[in-house]
Amino acid sequence: MSNYAYLIALVPLLSFVMIVFFLRWKEKLAAGWSIASILASWTMSLIVLIETLGRHGEPLEYFFYLTTFKGINFEIGILIDGLTAVMLMVVTTVASCVHIYSLGYMKDDPRFSRFFSYLSLFCFSMLGLVLANNFFMIFIFWELVGLTSYLLIGFWFEKKSAADAGKKAFITTRIGDLGFIVGLMMVGAYAGTFNYGGVFEKVASGQIPTAVLTVMAAFIFCGAIGKSAQFPLHVWLPDAMEGPTPVSALIHAATMVAAGVYLVARSMNLYVGAPEAAMIVAVIGLVTSFIAASIGLVQNDIKRILAYSTVSQLGYMIMALGLYGYDVGMDPHAHSAGFYAGTFHLMTHAFFKGLLFLGAGSVIHAVHTNDIQDMGGLLGKMKITSVTFILASLSIAGIFPLAGFWSKDEIVAATHGHPIFNIFTLIIAFMTAFYMFRLCFLTFFGKPRDQHRYEHAHESPRSMSWPLAFLGFLAVSAGWVGIPTLHGFSSFVFFGEPYHTSFHWDVMIISTIVAVAGIVLAYLIYYKKSISADMLAEKFRPIHTFLYNKWYFDELYSFVIINPILALGRFLWTFDARIVDGLVNGAAWLTIVWADIKWWFDKWIVDGAVNGAGWIVSQGSGLLRLIQNGAVQFYALFVLGGLLVLIAFKYEDVYVSLEWPWLSAIIIVALGLLSLVAKRTASREAAAETETEK
Amino acid sequence: MLSSLIFIPLAGMLLVMMLPKNAKWAIRWTSVAVSIPPLVISFWLTWQFFVNHASSAAMAFVEGPYDWIPLLNVQYYLGADGISIPLLALTGLLSTISLLASFGIDKRVKEYFAFFLLLEAGMMGVFVALDFFLFYIFWEVMLVPMYFLIGVWGGPRKEYAAIKFFLYTLFGSIFMLVSILILYFTAEPHTLNMMELIQSGSTLPHTLQLVCFAFFFIAFAIKVPVWPFHTWLPDAHVEAPTAVSVILAGVLLKMGTYGMLRISWPMFPEAVRYFSFWIALLGVIAIIYGALVSMAQKDLKKLVAYSSVSHMGYCMLALGAVTSVQAITGCMFQMISHGLITGALFLLVGVLYDRAHTREIAVFGGLGSKLPVYSGIMVFFSMASLGLPGMSGFVSEFMIFVGSFAALNKVMVGIAVLGVVLGAAYMLRMVQNVFLGEFNLSKWGGLTEINFRELVTVVPLMVFTLWIGLYPKPLNELMQATLEHLVTLMAR
Repeated sequence: MSNYAYLIALVPLLSFVMIVFFLRWKEKLAAGWSIASILASWTMSLIVLIETLGRHGEPLEYFFYLTTFKGINFEIGILIDGLTAVMLMVVTTVASCVHIYSLGYMKDDPRFSRFFSYLSLFCFSMLGLVLANNFFMIFIFWELVGLTSYLLIGFWFEKKSAADAGKKAFITTRIGDLGFIVGLMMVGAYAGTFNYGGVFEKVASGQIPTAVLTVMAAFIFCGAIGKSAQFPLHVWLPDAMEGPTPVSALIHAATMVAAGVYLVARSMNLYVGAPEAAMIVAVIGLVTSFIAASIGLVQNDIKRILAYSTVSQLGYMIMALGLYGYDVGMDPHAHSAGFYAGTFHLMTHAFFKGLLFLGAGSVIHAVHTNDIQDMGGLLGKMKITSVTFILASLSIAGIFPLAGFWSKDEIVAATHGHPIFNIFTLIIAFMTAFYMFRLCFLTFFGKPRDQHRYEHAHESPRSMSWPLAFLGFLAVSAGWVGIPTLHGFSSFVFFGEPYHTSFHWDVMIISTIVAVAGIVLAYLIYYKKSISADMLAEKFRPIHTFLYNKWYFDELYSFVIINPILALGRFLWTFDARIVDGLVNGAAWLTIVWADIKWWFDKWIVDGAVNGAGWIVSQGSGLLRLIQNGAVQFYALFVLGGLLVLIAFKYEDVYVSLEWPWLSAIIIVALGLLSLVAKRTASREAAAETETEK
Repeated sequence: MLSSLIFIPLAGMLLVMMLPKNAKWAIRWTSVAVSIPPLVISFWLTWQFFVNHASSAAMAFVEGPYDWIPLLNVQYYLGADGISIPLLALTGLLSTISLLASFGIDKRVKEYFAFFLLLEAGMMGVFVALDFFLFYIFWEVMLVPMYFLIGVWGGPRKEYAAIKFFLYTLFGSIFMLVSILILYFTAEPHTLNMMELIQSGSTLPHTLQLVCFAFFFIAFAIKVPVWPFHTWLPDAHVEAPTAVSVILAGVLLKMGTYGMLRISWPMFPEAVRYFSFWIALLGVIAIIYGALVSMAQKDLKKLVAYSSVSHMGYCMLALGAVTSVQAITGCMFQMISHGLITGALFLLVGVLYDRAHTREIAVFGGLGSKLPVYSGIMVFFSMASLGLPGMSGFVSEFMIFVGSFAALNKVMVGIAVLGVVLGAAYMLRMVQNVFLGEFNLSKWGGLTEINFRELVTVVPLMVFTLWIGLYPKPLNELMQATLEHLVTLMAR
């Protein structure tokens, strides 16, 4: 089977294509096909898991070239090792449950078959992401899960908040992907290959300088920050709860958001080679985990509490992985539980958080509100939902012997040797137990606070409750594969030297005390009401407001990033129209002005000179014509004048003093005077003639 | 064979001109029928090239050189290699699609289709000419029909846009002409044969090389358009009829980058290396600037137009990375992918405009529920445009990033990557405002779903976008030998 593992991803893809092109109007058939596909993938994943167990987690790899450049191969390939096999199981299991659950949850939706086609597309992308054998391919599927997440968050796109949330999710994760792309460019430039094995070989042989490796690993981690909703890009995940609840369970709790953790785990060899980058990873994980848990304490929307819890738990995993990279990077012989803890918690968390979301969906389905302040007392009305939900809450809080207990203990164990991490991890564990049971007590216990909603509440149909029960079973038992001394999970998942787990009694006891303390506090406040929640809120008003408003991240980002970028866009648009285009139009305008000037010059100066010459000639000849008036005495006057001039020329000094301009001037003036005289005589004669005619 | 690509549309133009003026449907279908043989031939040539010639960088399907004007040593000389072959196929495809998309034109139908076929002949000619004289003729021949197509059949400000387009391009052409003359007179014996000039171009003195390069660059940069020579583009796009926008974005912009790859890069390798940083910088500015300005647009067509500026910026970034085969290949991929995707986006905007008679983003909303197929296709191409993997835009952008990262200033390329997020931002903002949200039934209840003819125009583009995105190997192999040769030429 492992040799055909690509079928695990391709079967859902086929389902997507079938539904889009052929089954769009046949809703039942579409859903059936989709469910059958994911169940087929689940079966195949199970076989692959068994085969991989048989190989003791030995990696199996095969691929074909997409295209080749000088030096770099772009390939599509499959890598199956313990980590892949476990991830495949996790994804297909939760996905199967969500598919079946959606039958009931989405029953009356007008875009029912479209929903299932999107689910199938998501499963294809997510499984492809898990199966990938190289960074290039994982990035392709990385973006595709982003697309399906966008489509599914905005599934009810008529709602503005849903459309907004989809856009926010896509763009925010894309900011992280920006770093991922830079990381990939560095991988291509420095390693010359994208293949995991090839890159790790280059790292191990020291062909990549540590400084470069640190930057590269940090950039690749940016991808995980975006996808796994880590600080400072965590803001999209709570908003993503606008999507249908099955989507929140599958994509935004169990699988896609864990892809970032998976990426860090996959590229662990990079972080081992660059401990400083690993420390960044760990710190980001811890900060995220703390911030998210603190916000989760005071929220009232059931899905948002779970979303912040998801962010917090993902931070846990990331932190554990980062600490592993740091510890082993500093000392190759160090025994750190981090890698094991991170991947183990990834698995158990997928089950119990998937269950929590589906349970929340069931509750919302029954009471038609997300606000836990309007719920209460649902335990009696919704047996299966309540019981599984509380089981999952106990699991996430880390109560023996549920799944979360085993994996969370390993995370606490992973912080060994880092006191600050250790303390904060326990504080977060306490907060987790508290907010989960605040949620439980307000929802399922006590008196109903909204009688109307309470009366309409009912247990969900079997298509919804059975997946709950199945996941409930896993939320209890999934951790048992990791019971210390069995050496099962750790040696299987780990593709390097296995970590030998043993019981950490001290850790177990302390973390159990912390968890119980959280639950008890929640019990006192929200069940027994021996401590007033309102009084507490009043007493810590500033902190409460601060947490309730989610540390003001959204406000900060829109003030510091979004608005300035939009303003910059508008400014550049004006700049473009006024300045850049203004220069072009200005050049055109100058050309036109220049042309106008030339036209003016042409008309008045060049043509004016021509016409002026003609005018002068015609005027001059008009004047000269008058001299030829035919009167003999007039001619005699001329002769006399000419004689005088000639006599004057006889005298040298007159000649010298009269240069030719003067001379000509005199002649012109004389001629002019003569013509005027002539003109007067001529007009007088003409007048006389008309008189005689009369 | 290559000549037929030019002369069939020309003959078709004459044929259309002989048809009676009022036989509108006859004119439309004749034009489409005329554009089919070049389409088939260009694809057949691509296939032939792939099978027989892809392993060598030499010109294939050569015609000539035949003496044309012996006195000036002007020759009729055609040929195609890995750079021109895919562009020929793109031209053939987009021409037929655009003609099909032009059936809505009802004014002076005969003149419109005649001009369109003349335009096709000119475009094909540019991509196959290997003689500068011929090249220049085709380059200028394209301008005339384009001028009229915008100026007669365009929107409200058509005259302004047409004149701006015409003069701007002509302004660049003149620099090109000067440079061509310099090359002609410095070559011994005087020649206009591009292949020979590529050999001798690099022997020009340094300064002269820089000058010639700069002149060619101005001509091509205006066509691309490279920031800051881009402002003719939004005006031309907004005013042009849909099909003309498709050709403008899909083919005409590629002439600029084609000219660089065919002429100025191999002819002046020294100058390219000298300016490489600045060329890439212009690319990065265009990427970021175009994306930011797109974000501020209120008109759908203007948004797509500015996204073109941004996307062609990727080409310039790659062209700056002269020594990297990956980057240059990415540039070619980007040219083709941008032709497909932006062409489709303009077609789709046209579909909506034909029905709603407005392109203002803000007046729409919720079309996704009323027009699911149309919206689905539009979202598909928006995703392609923002570089989603599995589609051609991703392949090209990724190749450009990886290639230029190794060859260029790393910080600069890192900044260019920002375009990826900005691209997502303006595309998704558009998708949300037009297709998501509440549907205004009273206002847009009359909108009808995309019809069969319109589907025929966009579906081939979807197929090619996906094909290149999923399996880029054939296209890569088609161009590889040529581009590797090009990089060795530039290393001279």
